[in-house]
Formats: sequence, C-alpha cells, structure tokens
Amino acid sequence: MSTKDIIDTLAGIEPGSALDAIRARRLQARDNAQKSYLVLFEPIDVSEVSLAERAAVAGFVAGLHGVSPVSAFYRAKLSANADGSALVGAIEAEIERGKTSGPYGAFPVGPLSVENKTGLIYRVSADRKPVLGARLVAALEHAHLLVFRPRDAASADMKALLGAGWSNTGIVTLSQLVAFLSFQVRVVAGLRVLGASLGRPASAAANA
Amino acid sequence: MSAASTVNPPVVFTQDELGWVSWIDPLPEAELTERHFAGLVDRSRAKSEYFRLLVRDPEVLEARTKTDKDIFYNIADGLPRAERELAAAATSRYNGCIYCASVHARFASTYSRRRDDVQRLLDEGVGVDLGERWNAVVKASVALAATPVAFGPDNIEELRRAGLDDAEIVDVVNSSSFFNWANRLMLSLGEPTK
Repeated sequence: MSTKDIIDTLAGIEPGSALDAIRARRLQARDNAQKSYLVLFEPIDVSEVSLAERAAVAGFVAGLHGVSPVSAFYRAKLSANADGSALVGAIEAEIERGKTSGPYGAFPVGPLSVENKTGLIYRVSADRKPVLGARLVAALEHAHLLVFRPRDAASADMKALLGAGWSNTGIVTLSQLVAFLSFQVRVVAGLRVLGASLGRPASAAANA
Repeated sequence: MSAASTVNPPVVFTQDELGWVSWIDPLPEAELTERHFAGLVDRSRAKSEYFRLLVRDPEVLEARTKTDKDIFYNIADGLPRAERELAAAATSRYNGCIYCASVHARFASTYSRRRDDVQRLLDEGVGVDLGERWNAVVKASVALAATPVAFGPDNIEELRRAGLDDAEIVDVVNSSSFFNWANRLMLSLGEPTK
C-alpha cells in the first residue's frame, strides 16, 4: 500500500486498490513522476522561471487538453498563486481561443510532405498581451506549438523565446514543464479509463 | 546557436542511427558540477549534446531519466520490452519525431525480431496492419497521443481481447505517455541529423 501521489489523486486511485498495486510494481517510475511534478512546481531555483509563470503555463497547457480533473487542478494552482490569480481570466480566455485537435503540422520537405496537416497557428490576442506581458505571451505561443504541432518546431521558435527574455536555462525548464504535462495528462487519462473498466471505482477493488 | 544550414536532416522515418543537434546552447562539459552529474544519472551522458542541454535543469532531468528507465527497463513483469518500445515508436511516428522513432523502432526490432513489421509502421504510418496484438498497442498509443486524449473504453477492450492484462495495459499507458514527453523535447530544442 502506498501514500497517494498527484497521479493517484487526479486519476482517482485509492491506496490498496488494484491500480495502486500495479503502480507499486513500478515504484521508481511512480516516485519519479511525482518528483518531476515537485521539482517543476516547487523548484529549488526560481530565478529563470517564476512560480507564477509555471502556474500560468500549466493552467494553459492543461486547459488545452480539455476539461478534466487535471485542468481543474492546475487552474486552482494558478488561482492560489499571489501573482497568478490576476491572470486566471486571461488564461481561460486564451484556452478558449487556442483549443483545437492535434497533432498536426508539417514534416521536413520530402516524401512525408503528403502527410502534412494544416491547423491553427495560435497567437495570443492583442487585447491580452498587456496583462500577460512579453515573456508569458511568448511562453503561451510556444506551449501551444508543443501541445498541438510539435513537428512544426524550428530554431526560429527558440529565437522568439530568447527575444522575449527567456534564457537558455529558462527555455529548458519551460520545455520540460509543457512536455511533462503532456505525459501527466495522459497517464491520468489512461489510468482513469482503466480504473473505470474494472467495473467499479478503483478504490472499491481494494481487497479483490 | 547551432547553424541550421550545416544540418543534414533526415526526411523520412528510419531505423538508422541518427545524430541530434541543439538549437540553443548546451552546457560545456567543463562546466558540469556534481549537481549536474546527479541530473545526468549516467556520467557518460555528459558526452551527449541533448543531455548537456537538458542538464541546465538538473533536478527535472534526473527525475525524468529515472521515470524513463523504470517504464522501459523494469521488465520483472508486465509488458514485454518489445511492446513497450512499439508503443514508444508508434507514439513518435504519430507525433512526428523522426529521431525518437528511429531509436525506439530499432529497439522494437531488436527485441521482437520483427524488423520488417516495424519498418512498415515507419513507412506506412500508424494505420498499418501488424496483427491483432500489435494493432491494439499501436491504436491505444495513438489514441493516448491525440490532443484532446482520445483513449477510451474501446481501447481497453481491444487490448484485453489481444491478451493484455491490467498490468500490461498500464505499461502501454506509461510507455506511450512518456513519449509524449520525450517527443516534445527532441522536436522543439533541436533537430536530427543523418
């Protein structure tokens, strides 16, 4: 039996349940998925990416994946941040503008070009740029690229972030944050569906 | 910044060994401290441009690497290694990460001894027919990789019909989900080279 971690909480997995027992067999993966969350949201160094920036980008990325316990969790995290709470309305509005279906984008020119798929090229609305600021505007546009059309990423996207004040180290942390959430959202979704398929809440399977 | 003009990028999915160059500055090897080596987990990774870039945030890299190793290398039980690699390769094929697909297609071929089938996945895409069990793994991986996530009860049923138990289904979920993390780093921070 284990203590609930963030994935358990968001996926509705109770200690002692069948899914808890399966997760316990991958203890290193389980512990380090939790540690990844902690070092991104309770980092030892916030000099390159502030806690408010982390919460704003996370709220945006989770929201782009649709309504779920994960998006509600990160929305609440943004609301709870002293500097982030003022951004909640702007982030919610940008999620609505940025919602689409992925992955899409272009492959390198060649035989794969026949698989190219066009879709929304998201940019933050001009109205909300002043409230978000140049760094967050660039971060949200980059996050949308990574969520929906990662194969479109190009060196010019790095230049846009550097130009908006992101350092090399800040870009690495920002990229990890968006990419980690892409993982966490899916683990939670997958475990939720599996838990539901067990015919009863995962918590009720405790002594099966 | 690395000059993009010097890069000779692959334009098709392949099982060949590829290189990867960063678009921003990795840490120089000479500047790595013990904190960085802890983040690299394996000291030999200091030779890799990709890991010397990610080690700019050593705590995240360390946790990510250990998550990766357990999901793919802990084969005491659960899904055979070949099918975890298949999930990684299918996810990478769908997201469009030519570099990640090359590495994990190679692993899938090595462990399954089904190199031609793996190559068909790369050549024809995730709709290819590879038999009931592999089709179920590929389809589940792709449904998980979609945004919004399209994975549902039908995927679970299909995996069960193909013979996977609950622990093996969790391995499919973990392997595919992890590559949604890896693909986004490899695709956005640099590019592959032949």
